[in-house]
Amino acid sequence: MSANNRTAWHQSKQKLALIKKLFSYIFLIIGALVMCVPFFWMLSTSLKPPGAIFKLPPQFIPEEIIWENYIRVFTESDIIRGFVNTLIIIIPATAVGLFAAALAAFGFAKLNYPGRDKIFFCLIATMMLPGIVTMVPQFIVFRDLGWLDTFKPLMIPAMFGVPIAVFFLRQFFMTIPTDLIDAAKIDGLSYFGIFLKIIVPLGRPALVTQGILGLLAGYNDFMGPLIYLNSPENFTLQLVLASFRGYYTSEWGLIMAGSVIALVPTVIAFFFAQKQFIEGITMTGLKG
Amino acid sequence: MSSEIARNTSIEAEKVAVKKKRKIKKEYIWGYLFIAPPILGFILFALIPMLFSVYISFTQFDLYNPAQFTGLENYHRLFFEDELFWKTIFNTLYAAVGIPLGMAASLLIAIGLNQKIKGISLFRTAFFLPTVCSVVAITLLWRWIFNSDYGLLNIFLESVGITGPPWLSSETWAMPAMIIQGVWGGLGLNMILYLAALQSVNPALYEAADIDGANAWQKFRHITLPSISPTTFFILITSTITALQDFQRFMIMTEGGPNYSTTTVVYYLFLNAFRYMEMGYASAMAWVLGIIILIITIINFKVGKKWVHY
Repeated sequence: MSANNRTAWHQSKQKLALIKKLFSYIFLIIGALVMCVPFFWMLSTSLKPPGAIFKLPPQFIPEEIIWENYIRVFTESDIIRGFVNTLIIIIPATAVGLFAAALAAFGFAKLNYPGRDKIFFCLIATMMLPGIVTMVPQFIVFRDLGWLDTFKPLMIPAMFGVPIAVFFLRQFFMTIPTDLIDAAKIDGLSYFGIFLKIIVPLGRPALVTQGILGLLAGYNDFMGPLIYLNSPENFTLQLVLASFRGYYTSEWGLIMAGSVIALVPTVIAFFFAQKQFIEGITMTGLKG
Repeated sequence: MSSEIARNTSIEAEKVAVKKKRKIKKEYIWGYLFIAPPILGFILFALIPMLFSVYISFTQFDLYNPAQFTGLENYHRLFFEDELFWKTIFNTLYAAVGIPLGMAASLLIAIGLNQKIKGISLFRTAFFLPTVCSVVAITLLWRWIFNSDYGLLNIFLESVGITGPPWLSSETWAMPAMIIQGVWGGLGLNMILYLAALQSVNPALYEAADIDGANAWQKFRHITLPSISPTTFFILITSTITALQDFQRFMIMTEGGPNYSTTTVVYYLFLNAFRYMEMGYASAMAWVLGIIILIITIINFKVGKKWVHY
């Protein structure tokens, strides 16, 4: 191969790489637009007066921005009460559930006793059971306990610690050196003391991730509240929002304003804790 | 002398062992105590209700009158009399068409992102955002997008010269609409999983292929695909299980209509349990579906062994 030829070959290869990159960018930008335009459309609709919503060709950026849809959602609907109800449910449920899951994860990761790994395997295997099988009997049991139309069915089961959280936290706690724990034992620390003074501080990143995921799951839960809550004053945010479909049928400005309000806390949390969200979801994803 | 030392050490060792035994006993107790809550939770809120539901599935039970044992009647009705049940099974399988589509699309995006690209975190955020959003808000949004006269999708189609169908009010188009929305919503999670898999492919393999003069497709076919097959397998299993139990977005988007064309099997189960108060029949349905899900999971694992390279 002559020197000339070689440079030509190099140039063509570089050109090919450039074209490849250009195509990737075009493809990714189109993809990102497909993902983002719906959200933009939601925001845009929520800021338009009814007349402008049904105007063709559509205005992507509203000619006249109005806040009336938001004002009406806040004053007419139960959205604020729904938000408060949601917080009343998810904060204690997530906090207690996380504590229980973390203790169990410590028990599975660092303590030795007969049958430990077998029990762990069984607990993980239960995640394979289709959740649908428990929906009806759980409802009957909670009805017999008199828990219908209360927050209890949405809180108490979660407080025992869910297997997926135990699994995730155990993975993380396994990486904490056992020497540290042995040293603490020699210093006379109790097992619970070891948990509080060593596991919790060292496992903080994993605990934060699980806490965020727990809050997110609770905040977004629709099925649980749908089955268990009947009175409008007990509705969670998602139930209130779902009821907009019937109340406001084709008042899309109001429906979109409600959706924007419901998404704001999630989106803010997502931007602040993006790393935790993605890590948490992929880690339980990849290794589940 | 050496034997004396040996005896001494053995006594020492025994002492330590006794001490250790007591310590271990304590460790057992604390260990069991710590792991008890999630196990208790599982027994109370999953195992007992499940066993109970086996019994309910053999009864007629409307929540108000005592359950009446009817033997296999619910199952007989399910398999031989209820055509709607089979229609909802078909609908559920139809909706699952979105799984391979979504997997292919998310793999393409992940490949696009798996190079030195500017603004990678921005792209990642854009694709991932729907994953964290509530089903209710997202579905209401898409209900508006699918609006036949003023919805974004038909406006877009009109602008390229296509008259869009009346998506959600058409028996033919309601399910494709649900598939489009499902693929859109699921891209982000699968993309992130694929991206992680692509990043862990051994670069030496590509270098070796370059030396052998392999082209891009050959590298993709013989290096990338086999290397990421565990992730493909994982996504396939979890997506299948999720798709078989999917119903909330159907409820909000179409309420299962028009004419049951988007009633999924779990939606039908939900209607039976909480609208028609047929707890026994709904439980029988749950068990049939649960067993189908288990069988699919097992098949997935068996088939997976053939093409998954760990």
